[in-house]
Amino acid sequence: MDWGNILGNAAGELISPTTAAYALAAIGLNIHFGYTGLLNFGQAAFMLIGAYAFAISVLTFGAPLWVAVLAAFAASILFAFVLGIPTLRLRADYLAIVTIASAEIMRFVVTTTSLTNVTGAANGLSNFSGGFYDINPLPEGRYGFGPFVYSADQWWVRLVGWGIVLLATLLVFLLMRSPWGRVVKAVREDEDAVRALGKNVYSYKMQALVLGGVFGSLAGVIFILPRAVQPANYGTALTFFIWTIMLLGGAATLFGPIIGAMIFWVVLSLTQGILYGLIDVGILSFISTSQAGQIRFILVGLALMLLVIFRPQGIFGNKKELSFSV
Amino acid sequence: MVGRLALVFASVLSVCFALVVSIGMPAASASAAAPASVDTVHLSATPAPSPEPTSDFTSTFTVSGIIKSGDEGVESVDVAVSGNGFDETVSTNAQGRWTVNVPEPGTYTVALDESTLPDGVALRDGTEASKEITLAQTNSVSVLFPTGEDTRQTTGFGEQLLIRIVAGLNFGLLLALAAIGITLIFGTTGLNNFAQGEMVTFGAIMSWVFGVLLGLNIVVATIVAVLLGAVFGYLNDAVIWKPLRRRGVRLVQAMVVSIGLSIVLRYVYLFNIGGQTKTMNVGLSTPVIIGPLRLTVATLISMGLSVVVLLAVGYFLTRTRIGKATRAVSDNASLAAASGINVDRIIRIVWILAGALSALAGVMFALYRQVSWDMGFQILLMMFAAVTLGGLGTAFGALIGSIVVGLFVELSTLVLPPDLKYASALVVLILVLLVRPQGILGRRERIG
Repeated sequence: MDWGNILGNAAGELISPTTAAYALAAIGLNIHFGYTGLLNFGQAAFMLIGAYAFAISVLTFGAPLWVAVLAAFAASILFAFVLGIPTLRLRADYLAIVTIASAEIMRFVVTTTSLTNVTGAANGLSNFSGGFYDINPLPEGRYGFGPFVYSADQWWVRLVGWGIVLLATLLVFLLMRSPWGRVVKAVREDEDAVRALGKNVYSYKMQALVLGGVFGSLAGVIFILPRAVQPANYGTALTFFIWTIMLLGGAATLFGPIIGAMIFWVVLSLTQGILYGLIDVGILSFISTSQAGQIRFILVGLALMLLVIFRPQGIFGNKKELSFSV
Repeated sequence: MVGRLALVFASVLSVCFALVVSIGMPAASASAAAPASVDTVHLSATPAPSPEPTSDFTSTFTVSGIIKSGDEGVESVDVAVSGNGFDETVSTNAQGRWTVNVPEPGTYTVALDESTLPDGVALRDGTEASKEITLAQTNSVSVLFPTGEDTRQTTGFGEQLLIRIVAGLNFGLLLALAAIGITLIFGTTGLNNFAQGEMVTFGAIMSWVFGVLLGLNIVVATIVAVLLGAVFGYLNDAVIWKPLRRRGVRLVQAMVVSIGLSIVLRYVYLFNIGGQTKTMNVGLSTPVIIGPLRLTVATLISMGLSVVVLLAVGYFLTRTRIGKATRAVSDNASLAAASGINVDRIIRIVWILAGALSALAGVMFALYRQVSWDMGFQILLMMFAAVTLGGLGTAFGALIGSIVVGLFVELSTLVLPPDLKYASALVVLILVLLVRPQGILGRRERIG
């Protein structure tokens, strides 16, 4: 087994743009669930909307980069309103079912063959990130150290992705120590008490939903910059992975989503490397490489179950701040 | 306590693995031997030309194909090839073959004259009678015109409506079997069980293992699958949910646990049976024609059986002591316990019932649309839509909700593209929650 390669790949996941995208989506979900107590099981839909709004503005309307990013913002805000108006008054578990249903509706809509001209149906969309790489200020060439050697474009998407993650974290930090953050956390703890104090709970929930959704759509944009848009990526599994990441790091914590995303991807990469290695050297000869990939997802599911049962506050979380209140 | 639960977890997983691995291993080898397709419509094709050098060492460029109906070639069907100033019409020979030599590479239009097709043979739905082909990298191209039995006679709107209504009822009844499990579990324990879809898949896989792999009679295979489904439901409760209830795990927490369980089970299934769809070739696909309707024996049996089983469940819930106790626990668990009902026992019975009903739904889904590792998960949201529509926690609501969802899914294809039919049911779910959040039969107190 080539341990150098396995560990190198795993280390690469630490700063990969995919990890950044998942971290950002988890930061958004953390605003929804961790701080406000909203059971949003449709975070994949926000990522889908960000990704498609960005790609469609570039491909269909020939929009420049900044317009495409604004389109992703606008689309996710609109979706948050459409989602929130009927559902935010419902009890937590209804909200979960409705959000997961809306996410699936969005996925069905972008996959339908009747919209092939716009969404590319099951094939998705590609070749939309030229504008992003055109403004890359880094000089051509490959640089880095150890396992982190990338081309200028690869560094560019990593720098931007993680830059946005850090800005989002800073924003969450500032918001949550502001009066707004205190009200939102109070909504999580006791909605009726907040209402009794004269606050409009519905409006605060909506603001939180919009903010977390905008982070989700930005995550969708970062996610697709190094790859094509594939509708199959936005299934319910994506939402569940983001939940796992958030719960792993710790809900209602500042750095939980980032650390959670890093651990999630490093562990996935390590298990894949080790399983493939064991198959290569003939120790696990009775399973195929695709089965090895499936074992990883069995482990994800198990991790989610064990985490929620034995350490629902995750790595950094405070059990008192956890809002499994129903 | 923590150690014991961990132990319990290890054991449930080993049970899952043992159950599926022990039957999954022969599955991998047997599935390869099974016939690749039971499709009665035969795709006629010469093998796709392998990439040849582009230099024309032969000067013939051919466009060819076979037109078949079932396994028989269809004779004297006219095919016209035109383009690049070239136009030629040929007829198929006795084997259904046709070949046109064209002068040069380029783009040609191949058109099939539908009026020359014999009665009862037509192009398969959605196939164009005219196709553009390009001869560029190769010297020959084969063009396919898949045929099927002429299904276009049923284009009248009334008949379409009738067909969709029957299909919707069928789907709704199957959904109801699985959804009643969800709603009973929610009613008695408050848990939204996201792993219910995997109970459906479990039944389907078991019926495939016993009915197809081991070649048992489908009736026996169904009974075995339902019994194993009941055991599976019992194990779910005994190994995971009962310890979690003892531990005082919150409901939302438990819901996330069920999501984790659903991921684990789904990938355990995939690990064992692989990603390909398994065909349930058990000889129940004989067509039955009633007026404009073309149904299979399997559809009729599954609709009949669903009705009977649903009536039995209704009788159980309203007339038997245990059924009444179940409804009492759903209503108010503490009060039920105070009046001498063993709540844990009722919950156990509910899980067993849910497991058995879901497995039965799984078997029927398998007969209706074959077996795949994530078939249950694909309809999970339909089940949730059904129980939410009917009112979470009410068994009869689940039945009504399921039939509404089933009808809506099928009827929506009259106006919407078929690949949006599930989306339309989910839109209805959201609209109903806007107007009547407690569902059709639900009570106001159930919403927050």
